[in-house]
Amino acid sequence: MADRRYTKTHEWVTVEGKTVTVGITDFAQSQLGDVVFLELPSPGRKLALRESFGVVESVKAASDLYAPVAGRISAVNEKLTAKPELVNSDPYGEGWILKLELAGDLPADLLDETAYKKVTEEAAH
Amino acid sequence: MVDFGGWELPQQYTSIRDEHLAVRKVAGLFDISHMGRLVVEGSGAEAYLQHLMTNDLAPLRPGHAIYTLMCKEDGGVIDDLVIYRETGNRFLVVVNAANHDKDIAWMREHLVKGVTLEDHTLDLSLIAFQGPSAHALLPRGSSETDDIPYFGFRPGKVAGVEGLISRTGYTGEDGFELFVDSRHVAKVWDAILGEGKSAGVLPAGLGARDATRLEAALRLYGNDMDETVNPYEAGLGWTVKLGKGEFVGREALAAVKDEGPKRTLIGFKTEPGNIPRHGAAVSYDGRRVGAVTSGTHSFFLGHPIALAMVEVPSFRVGEKIAVEVRGREAAAEVVKLPFYRGSARSVVAPAKS
Repeated sequence: MADRRYTKTHEWVTVEGKTVTVGITDFAQSQLGDVVFLELPSPGRKLALRESFGVVESVKAASDLYAPVAGRISAVNEKLTAKPELVNSDPYGEGWILKLELAGDLPADLLDETAYKKVTEEAAH
Repeated sequence: MVDFGGWELPQQYTSIRDEHLAVRKVAGLFDISHMGRLVVEGSGAEAYLQHLMTNDLAPLRPGHAIYTLMCKEDGGVIDDLVIYRETGNRFLVVVNAANHDKDIAWMREHLVKGVTLEDHTLDLSLIAFQGPSAHALLPRGSSETDDIPYFGFRPGKVAGVEGLISRTGYTGEDGFELFVDSRHVAKVWDAILGEGKSAGVLPAGLGARDATRLEAALRLYGNDMDETVNPYEAGLGWTVKLGKGEFVGREALAAVKDEGPKRTLIGFKTEPGNIPRHGAAVSYDGRRVGAVTSGTHSFFLGHPIALAMVEVPSFRVGEKIAVEVRGREAAAEVVKLPFYRGSARSVVAPAKS
């Protein structure tokens, strides 16, 4: 998925038309450790850019999730209720978290793979 | 990797879930060399340790180990430790990594003529092979361990390497803690994992260690007790032998026992997703009654579990309380301790709720 983009807060997005799929990065899941629960909003809710919309609870810590784009939630990954570990095992695939109908343009500060890699290398130190 | 008392330790090798379940169902291998290993030796060694420790070492025969606390004069817990009696005058003392320097300073301060205290933490490694199948899965070239009782130990070979084989642990499961010369410990580590792999043996990190010890309701120093907590509050009054004679903290502890502790440790569970974290408020009827000391998600039991220090009078099993999770109150239910009783032949810390 060449057009995957990232945020400094370790979310990823892919864009198909107006639909934006959101998840957390492989780096984020490895830092969190085993995910045991996700507190997620319901479809229909509008999210502002960088609004906190949920929590990932891992054995180690509870971490907030931030909206990487503004938009209305069109779908939430229901599979994560029963199998939160999908976030660990397949963060860019079956572990997607929600889909948004994009409001306005994509934010300009989304990172490409190279730029995001730099962020993770700095965070690892 | 996380910093743990100055040691770099893995939270998990692969996954906390897999490692935790391996320990409960087959066996897991922990590197616990961060724990301090001290040797106390000399004609006055027993009397010296009797003076510092709450438990009674007099009945301890060579080849046996005992769980004990070391307290201040005011009864606050300096550390919890395991003492192995090698001979009449030689004891191996295993202390918590975070307390290593503090313990040595305290023990040196009280050192008496005819007793030596040596630190062997770096030259003597310690690994723990824990699980219901640990005994059956010791690698080739290991001594017979059938007749080593729980909390017993003896010199022997594991994978051809000489060491001390001890039937102790921190998981609630049967298994061994192996003291091996640091130059040869890698051979033992590799043999246990190599030969156990097909049976499901995994190396296990701190995450699995914390979850298994918490399920077994084994206290963690720094979380469930510290110098502001006395043994009775921590539910460890059974390690305090007031009748054994004089020891540091005896007077204060006798008074606590007499009056009864003002706080006590309880166990409770919550709904999946609501993991109580250390320090979170515990309340009843809208009133704060205490705080969480340890909490995690139990992959084995399928829900979060926690210990909390609460005011007395305490709660009965089945009572509903509330705990702060992510800034909100979550429902919790008081449960019996330990949360899970594994294959260990007895329990190290029989807890009262």
